[in-house]
Amino acid sequence: MFVNQFLILAAILFCIGVYGVIARKNGVMVLMAIELILNAVNLNLIAFSMRNGSADGQTFALFVIAVAAAEVGVGLSLVLLIYRNRRTISLDDLSEMKG
Amino acid sequence: MLIAQNIGFAIIAAVMIVGAIRVVTTSNVVHGALWLVVVLAGAAAQYVLLAAEFVAVTQVLVYIGAVMVLFLFGTMLTRSRIGRDSGLNNTYWKLGIPVALALFAAMAIALVDSFGSEKMPADGAIVNTQQISDQIFGPYLLPFWALSFVLLAAVIGAIVLARKD
Repeated sequence: MFVNQFLILAAILFCIGVYGVIARKNGVMVLMAIELILNAVNLNLIAFSMRNGSADGQTFALFVIAVAAAEVGVGLSLVLLIYRNRRTISLDDLSEMKG
Repeated sequence: MLIAQNIGFAIIAAVMIVGAIRVVTTSNVVHGALWLVVVLAGAAAQYVLLAAEFVAVTQVLVYIGAVMVLFLFGTMLTRSRIGRDSGLNNTYWKLGIPVALALFAAMAIALVDSFGSEKMPADGAIVNTQQISDQIFGPYLLPFWALSFVLLAAVIGAIVLARKD
């Protein structure tokens, strides 16, 4: 097994996630794309943990999983609040802060 | 053994990439969530392949168990259209393709340049769960506490935001 095969797979997932964040308009779909990005990071951390034979990478991956869970909880409640006030979760319609 | 690992990696990687592309291109929010399950399960399988069984189990419990339920509830409560919805993409969604390709080209060049054909250590030390707990409750105790407060704040914040008043 090469080190690079895992890192390239993570890079592909990361770029697909970035595309999703740019292309999507629905707030829930943008959060799903962010999950893809966070998983790519975790895959990198685990691959480096195996390469270095150290437990630090896996510990960091667990921290990232916990922070991602918190982020999804707060993010979805924000989307819910936006929906309740605006009756839409289309990010194109939220333009109050446009200069 | 090594050939079997490589075949397993290739199959799981192909499934993950197809799933990820479907997540960002499907026109059905619920289908997007279910394809995300495929990607997350594939990631858990890759962790097992990398001898990180504790993180793999945590991934299944937290992501496939909890986060996915949150996504499906979010879809339900925001009354996204169940079924095909043509309005999921931006007007300028095509801009995302060159950005993602350029980003991937930059990362691929950097990775090939730094790691080339370096191999994983075949007889390296396997990290077991005991070592991870020694790390979390040893040198990483302070970040662990901080993380507890982050989770507490997120739970309270989610309740405050989503409460009807």
